[in-house]
Amino acid sequence: MNFEFTEEQLMIKQAAKDYAERELIQDVLERDAKAEFPTRHIKNLAELGFMGMMVDPKYDGSGMDTVSYVLAMEELSKIDSSTSVIISVNNSLVCYGLQKFGTEAQKEKYLKPLARGEHIGAFLLSEPEAGSDAMHQHTRAEDMGDHYLLNGTKNWITSGNSATTYIVMAQTYPDKGYRGINAFIVERNSPGITLGPHEDKMGMRSSDTHSVMFSDVKVPKENKIGEDGFGYKFAMKALEAGRIGIASQALGIASGAFERALAYSKERKAFGTEIANHQAIAFKLADMAVKIENARNLCLKAAWLKDHNKPFAFESAMAKLYASDIAMEVTTEAVQIHGGYGYVKEYHVERLMREAKLTQIYEGTSEVQKIVISRSLLRE
Amino acid sequence: MKILVLISNVPDTTTKIRFVDNNKAFDTSGVQWIINPWDELALTRAVELKEAGGVETITVANVGESITEPTLRKALAVGADDAIRIDTTPKDAFYVASQLAQIAKDFDVIMVGIEASDYNGSAVGGMLAELLNFNSVSAVSGMNIENGQLSLTREIDGGQQKISVKTPVVTIVQKGIAIDPRIPAMRGIMMARKKPLTVLPAVEAGEKTSYVNFELPPPKAACKMVDEDNVKELVRLLQEEAKAF
Amino acid sequence: MSILVYTENWDGKFKKLSFELVSYAKALANELSTTVTVLSIGKVADEELKKLGNYGASKILNVADARFDSLDNKALALAVANAAKSEGSKAVVFAHNNLGKAIAPRVSVKLKGGMVTGVTALPENVDPFVVKKKVFTGKAFANIQIHADIKILTLAQNSFELIETDNKAVIESFDAGVSDDVFSTTVNETNKVTGKVLLTDAEIVVSGGRGFKGPENWGILEELADVLGAGMACSRPVSDEGWRGHEEHVGQTGKIIAPNLYFAFGISGAIQHLGGVNSSKIIVAVNKDAEAPIFEAADYGIVGDLFKVIPQLTEEIKTIKS
Repeated sequence: MNFEFTEEQLMIKQAAKDYAERELIQDVLERDAKAEFPTRHIKNLAELGFMGMMVDPKYDGSGMDTVSYVLAMEELSKIDSSTSVIISVNNSLVCYGLQKFGTEAQKEKYLKPLARGEHIGAFLLSEPEAGSDAMHQHTRAEDMGDHYLLNGTKNWITSGNSATTYIVMAQTYPDKGYRGINAFIVERNSPGITLGPHEDKMGMRSSDTHSVMFSDVKVPKENKIGEDGFGYKFAMKALEAGRIGIASQALGIASGAFERALAYSKERKAFGTEIANHQAIAFKLADMAVKIENARNLCLKAAWLKDHNKPFAFESAMAKLYASDIAMEVTTEAVQIHGGYGYVKEYHVERLMREAKLTQIYEGTSEVQKIVISRSLLRE
Repeated sequence: MKILVLISNVPDTTTKIRFVDNNKAFDTSGVQWIINPWDELALTRAVELKEAGGVETITVANVGESITEPTLRKALAVGADDAIRIDTTPKDAFYVASQLAQIAKDFDVIMVGIEASDYNGSAVGGMLAELLNFNSVSAVSGMNIENGQLSLTREIDGGQQKISVKTPVVTIVQKGIAIDPRIPAMRGIMMARKKPLTVLPAVEAGEKTSYVNFELPPPKAACKMVDEDNVKELVRLLQEEAKAF
Repeated sequence: MSILVYTENWDGKFKKLSFELVSYAKALANELSTTVTVLSIGKVADEELKKLGNYGASKILNVADARFDSLDNKALALAVANAAKSEGSKAVVFAHNNLGKAIAPRVSVKLKGGMVTGVTALPENVDPFVVKKKVFTGKAFANIQIHADIKILTLAQNSFELIETDNKAVIESFDAGVSDDVFSTTVNETNKVTGKVLLTDAEIVVSGGRGFKGPENWGILEELADVLGAGMACSRPVSDEGWRGHEEHVGQTGKIIAPNLYFAFGISGAIQHLGGVNSSKIIVAVNKDAEAPIFEAADYGIVGDLFKVIPQLTEEIKTIKS
């Protein structure tokens, strides 16, 4: 056991913190209000290496470990989860999936610009009638001999409009059930793709979420990822890694709210003393701190397992379930500690509370995580 | 053109300042160490100039024990090409300048922050220049290289001057030299360990001053209220008591 | 054996700071039973030089040599060191300003002296010689002993009272002994600040909040800023409303500043605002609401109407500046 971070890991954490505190904070409220995409920040963060953090340098990535990624995601998410979710999807779903399962040609053509951050990736699994039920894909990918033909609708797609590279799960052999699903790399500007309106979301309003409609979209054969029928497994593997990203994001939302609540409670006075000196507040702070530390340890353990090529699906599901649940609890308490100020946008905690809610829903709801965890328990 | 940037290893600016050993020494327990903010701006400008062409190499150097190496590696991650650490406990500015004098003579431009956020000495740069018999320019807030010539902007009372100065020269830089300190890119962070970090032994040098002890300032007094119709009194207090202007 | 003071001049005139230096040196000279010699470099009329005598200088070495106008640090340091040697000075005192900070370290090496910069008081002891200065950006003080025979000090601004004496100074012209080849600085352009003061660089900042009621009322604050040479700032609601530009917004989400003196007019002092300004050395608050949290953070406060207070303040400061 070793709880020490390396110098490099600490430098990356600091780099993320510096960028968040210096740059993201400047327009985070405005982007939230206007639901404006963080174009400038994604470009800057790409230059710093955040878009392909764990991609091998030979594919133009930064070659960092997953522990560094957890640290970076926490720091960015303390301030701005709209930006961090774009990074999370790009890193832990799209780049991870392509690096692990893509062909050399796919990596050359698609992974490299994604890792450099010149392209943004999106992961298209959810459908209007099946959010987390990945086994039942209504989107069809018909094998036309020299290409596939895509038809159907995907919902709640993060970076739906801003992405250049989609990874789309679609059913090729309906009679084979989930074993008939394939994963495809689809270019955003392919003819036949139309987008639904920018979803007017409760939180993470600065990331663009769309439904994506495919109408006779041609996909070259070489854009299929893995063997025929690998799509479901591909999606599940990508989500295992993706959960570490979202868990770390939830952790960051919680610790960002906690830091604000702690600072506020040491400055704000009531009944003649700082409110932190009232046990009602002090105990809240203690509870929040314990939850955050637990969530952090879960995230780091899942990351460590992944870095050491050990199975991590069980741990990443626990991290995602726990971190997102406590993010909701901690942000709610942070608003409570701030009183009236907490309900006002300028103090950030109400936004963090809105953002926390989404972490319990996307990339597998809390209920889906419980399915993953309990099935794993019962199998043993 | 070869640039040397001097790097001080200082406590993070948010550090709670405490003293130990009967107020004779700064309490370093739990302190997070950073590059002195002014030195970090100097380094940032050096890296910008190198990116623009016209700078061959950037070397960073500091005088300190091995605990200062993470700070030097951060400087390497930001964009310095190599680092030198002179292995000794810094005693006073003259001692530090004497150590640096052994390595600094081979550079065209030496950059150092106008002060360090710990002991606020503002002295090493000038002393080093004198030891090397180099010229020095202080309060430098702008630096450019035009056709191999160094052109500087320096702050003077109530304004600025654009000057040119012959190299080799020690430039003592302040805010404005770069806008924000450079955040290291991950590529740089990964490369930092592969870049050379040379450790040199200290040379003999006297120490001319020593810290007797430290004191913390008295706690903040309550707000002194002045009557609305007595603005004159406020101005008097600001001038005579607060010495604010 | 004297104490040498180096003071610059500003277009042939001295400032309060010059007289502070001489007063300090005189008090130090009294402790060391010696006298004060001032070195003045550049063209200054005898009438102006004589003023230094009023604060305790016995002798003034006058170097009326235009070559030094380029403020070449190496040449200036050599001139000061030569003066100190010729006077046999045991201590040399500089201002802790841009020029003092630039030259003093060089002089200390030339004279093999021991230096303390930014001292805030007379030495506690002269044997051993122990002086006080601020460290950790004002979060603490240190007492420092100088071991070398020759003491080099730079004096922090506004840390010593002016003391007038009935002393008369002798003015001597002095050959600094600096040859042409020492000079290597060329001044290409000089720009004195005439426009706005940069907020983050400003020593004094005047800041306005909602109390200004609208964008049309800021003339009085601009005038005060002019008189003080201060930077202009505002609170978040003011920039959100578009009364002032975003570049003036100070606070946690805006600029974070740490001037010597911060005036908060009509700003209630929400924690977010204080986060951006609480490193200011002195905070002055003017607010109608006596309960406003800004008064908790302020050093001086007026409960009152900013529209009445600011014009009076401008007038008072004009008076003391003239």
